[in-house]
Amino acid sequence: MEMSGVPQAMSQAAASTVEARFRVQWPGFVLDVDLNLPGRGVTALFGHSGSGKTTLLRCIAGLERQGQGRLSFKGEVWQDSARHTFVPTHRRPLGYVFQEASLFPHLSVHQNLIYGRKRVGGAHRVSLEQAIDLLGIGHLLERMPDRLSGGERQRVAIARALATSPRLLLMDEPLAALDLKRKGEILPYLERLHDELEIPVFYVSHSPDEVARLADYVVLLSEGRVVAEGGLQETLARLDLPTAFSEDAGVVIEAVIASHDENYHLSRLDFPGGNVVVAQRREPIGHRLRLRIHARDVSIALERATGTSIANLLPATVVEIADADTPAHVLIQLAAADTTIIARITRRSLDQLGLRRGMPVWAQIKAVALLGD
Amino acid sequence: MAEFHPALTQADWSAVWLTFKLASVVTVILLLVGTPIAWWLARTRSKWKGPVGALVALPLVLPPTVLGFYLLVAMGPHGPVGQFTQWLGIGLLPFTFAGLVVGSVFYSMPFVVQPIQNAFEAIGERPLEVAATLRANPWDRFFTVMLPLAKPGFITAAILGFAHTVGEFGVVLMIGGNIPEQTRVVSVAIYDHVEALEYAEAHLLSAGMLIFSFLVLLALYSRKTSVWR
Repeated sequence: MEMSGVPQAMSQAAASTVEARFRVQWPGFVLDVDLNLPGRGVTALFGHSGSGKTTLLRCIAGLERQGQGRLSFKGEVWQDSARHTFVPTHRRPLGYVFQEASLFPHLSVHQNLIYGRKRVGGAHRVSLEQAIDLLGIGHLLERMPDRLSGGERQRVAIARALATSPRLLLMDEPLAALDLKRKGEILPYLERLHDELEIPVFYVSHSPDEVARLADYVVLLSEGRVVAEGGLQETLARLDLPTAFSEDAGVVIEAVIASHDENYHLSRLDFPGGNVVVAQRREPIGHRLRLRIHARDVSIALERATGTSIANLLPATVVEIADADTPAHVLIQLAAADTTIIARITRRSLDQLGLRRGMPVWAQIKAVALLGD
Repeated sequence: MAEFHPALTQADWSAVWLTFKLASVVTVILLLVGTPIAWWLARTRSKWKGPVGALVALPLVLPPTVLGFYLLVAMGPHGPVGQFTQWLGIGLLPFTFAGLVVGSVFYSMPFVVQPIQNAFEAIGERPLEVAATLRANPWDRFFTVMLPLAKPGFITAAILGFAHTVGEFGVVLMIGGNIPEQTRVVSVAIYDHVEALEYAEAHLLSAGMLIFSFLVLLALYSRKTSVWR
């Protein structure tokens, strides 16, 4: 059963979307999805290990031939099992970044970069220089892959995929094999990719932070099925997701830097329905930022608290109450004007405060994670 | 003491040359024939993988005389191969250089197939998948990714195939006999010398084989990338 709240895309929209319907059956595993994904922006395929997200990506790439189904990319049919149509991987205009960089060890960085590029006919929409600049690998071109760090290798792998001017970029947890520091080193490049190139990206991840930072659209997978899909902010703000996801529950908000407080070294970020104050940012006033508010960092008060160190208090209304990942907790969906926030509180607090739908409350935000640090 | 100037005779030199020629031809054929077999064995999920793998490996355990005997029967005037070669108009293979080549190809097959198969298996699917996502078609992937990555395996296979063919005796004796300049290879020549009590000549050839074999194995074991990792 799908709980997707997104209306079925209209048929005339097929020319701009990716329709993927797959059924793969292995002993102990079934992938069964029917998706209509946006042909632009970053779509995150999110789920725990074993949820089928990588298998789905491999089906889209044509790397899993056992997969039965139908796949059309912006109106072009890449696979239709009913009609025995299967465009082999090397004829699909896609780029694929694997979890391990998988550079060809017998080729230099430059030779790796042009391996795919010289096999692509026609005009290149992404120039080699653009790919090299975007990933900041100009100084590595003559090196052999075994003389690169893990982060450098993955950047080369991304540039190698981009250099083929793909019309669809598939990324299978490109950061998973890297430590935190290397992740931080690559994420800005992925954001630039998002901002500067018009290539739709399908991004497999099990990291809520990566998804919150990069994605525009989210597909939540669990045990080979789609449990939710939709725009990033709406989807993360939903309460009806399986409890497996509620441990990491939290919302993402797009905010704008409104002012800087030089005395206290703070910055105020405005968003529809309120504002939060965070440690001072380097960015100028007017700069857009994504921030993530974890449900576990939000508590609820019936009245505006005084004498508290919590600076971020938002007037809000209770919209929905739902079970959390443990019987001791509940998730509360709150509306602060146009912005939805989720709070994770104990069931005892729920009863003590007597929270009901429609009740006005104050959301106390203990911490805000700024995505992009 | 008797006058004694051990030296290789003309016949010995031709045996050395013949051995070298046989091993070279067999190695080239085996690299061409063995590569697809190794490729198939490394990647197939067919139920025939076991039987075919065992068949290829048979010469490792079978006495060469057994292999030689069956090849002799098969290539003889009444055997299926013999009938076929007669039909082709090239006559019978036993006791010819071509017959030796055929026998040696079977005899040395596992020494070529297995290192290549091991190399293919160690490399795995991933580099081929990467190449596919970079628009390389299957042949392109094989020649630009698999072959270069499997190079150490091919070198090992060629060295082992060559050395093992040089060292064969039983199969040669069964299907090649002892015809100078046609089928009389070094190992047979040594046997002849010993039969004729020409120990000094036998010594020269044997020492040559010993040194050759040692150098081959030394080269193999000194290489940085061993297939037996």
